[in-house]
Amino acid sequence: MEPVAIIGASMTQFGQREGEWIQDLLAEAGIECLEDAGVDADDVEHLYVSNMASGEFEGQTGVPNALAHDLDAMPAYTQRVDQTSSSGGAGIYAAWQSVASGASDMTLLVGGEKMTHKTTGEATDVIASLTHPAEYKHGVTLPSFAGLTARHYLERFDAPRESLAKVAVKNHKNGVDNPNAQFQKEIDVETALESPIVADPLRLYDFCPITDGSAALMLCPESVAKEYTDNYALITGIDGATDTHVVHEREDPTVMGGVVESGNGAYEMSGRGPEDIDVAELHDMFTILEFLQMEGLGFAEQGEAWKRVEAGDTERDTGDLPINTSGGLKSKGHPLGASGVAQGVEIYEQIVGEAGPRQVDADVGLCCNVGGFGNCVITTIMEAAQ
Amino acid sequence: MTMDATRYDDGSITYPGHPRGPGGSEPVETIDLSEYTAEVVTWTTSTATPPGVREPNTLAIVEFEVDGETVRAIGQATTDDLETGDEVRPVHVDELREPGAGIREPESQSWDGYRFEPV
Repeated sequence: MEPVAIIGASMTQFGQREGEWIQDLLAEAGIECLEDAGVDADDVEHLYVSNMASGEFEGQTGVPNALAHDLDAMPAYTQRVDQTSSSGGAGIYAAWQSVASGASDMTLLVGGEKMTHKTTGEATDVIASLTHPAEYKHGVTLPSFAGLTARHYLERFDAPRESLAKVAVKNHKNGVDNPNAQFQKEIDVETALESPIVADPLRLYDFCPITDGSAALMLCPESVAKEYTDNYALITGIDGATDTHVVHEREDPTVMGGVVESGNGAYEMSGRGPEDIDVAELHDMFTILEFLQMEGLGFAEQGEAWKRVEAGDTERDTGDLPINTSGGLKSKGHPLGASGVAQGVEIYEQIVGEAGPRQVDADVGLCCNVGGFGNCVITTIMEAAQ
Repeated sequence: MTMDATRYDDGSITYPGHPRGPGGSEPVETIDLSEYTAEVVTWTTSTATPPGVREPNTLAIVEFEVDGETVRAIGQATTDDLETGDEVRPVHVDELREPGAGIREPESQSWDGYRFEPV
């Protein structure tokens, strides 16, 4: 099997994109990615769109075909990839499969979501619609899962509440250097700890915002990549996995089995381990998720991720393992279908040396995209071309 | 009214039940958890609730012990005066949230259920 390369990437401004809808956002990222990769639209053979809920948010379906027309990429094969919050990561997996299988020599992946025209309650309900009926009828939301899990984690592992606030502080600090981030503003621990309660013990700054935005990646076989550039990234490991759909049925509330399984699969495929990762983008939809993914991916022992955060290990400029150099979902924003793709965009830019003021010394990067509350997860490892 | 958990042929119990249980086991009977008390594993009070849901909404994950098997459930609590480790009992409520106010089709599921009340 020929290695799969990434030769281009793009990301729109994340935030409140008033008057722009899902087709506008997807087209913006798609055109920019074609230009970044130097690929003609009619050379795109497969076009994947990662999107969770354009039908529910906007009453707009059929977006992949609309995008193919808007990009003038016909007759490219199109497919929508919906895996809730991990639609973007699932899109990377689908795009990788399309190239690795030999079915496509040029695959464009565009992820996007339009959300901010809905109220917070309405948007929360669209997202909560992924829950089991036994959860939904109680008004269970994704933020409430985070509150339940955070309390258990803090009590069980005697972790200080401030350690979660430090995740938010770090990711906001990183977001300042990302011109496409929704928030480009530093916060301090006190601000985070004094913000309004959303799901006790978690507060406003423990949560990502509701966001409009889109991101894109261009994938092709390595032999084709060399026709376009000598500076590309390779996907050397990728895997996806699920955990129980009913969250409380998990044996250990602090272990996300989908993170562990997909991480192990990606490590095995790449021949890498946690110690080889130079930079990581983790799905910090809630601050507690950064701890759970660090532990599930082997960056820390169970119950000890908070100690690495407290020690500064995950800081961008001074840490051994910079996490969420993009600002993460926390600062950059979380347009559901775009987020996993945008994680890939950040790791790609870090690997090829195009991350600007966010640049760290990285040859091997990892991104972990979480759907639901760990219900489905994709982990991807990228490396610099040799 | 009953709060039905499912026991499988390997002895395990889940709430809610599934067509297949752990390890591919098959359902053999239902168990009414409303006849048991449970212990609070963790809880939260959510202040940002979706349409049709009470605000604030205190939720708890609780653990029942049934014939030596543990089974967990999630649900609303009757109070926000909760602590981890508290003993609670299920109390039936006709309507846990307003059907039709949210995105889910009202006819697609039931809306009654059990809140957890400290004993």
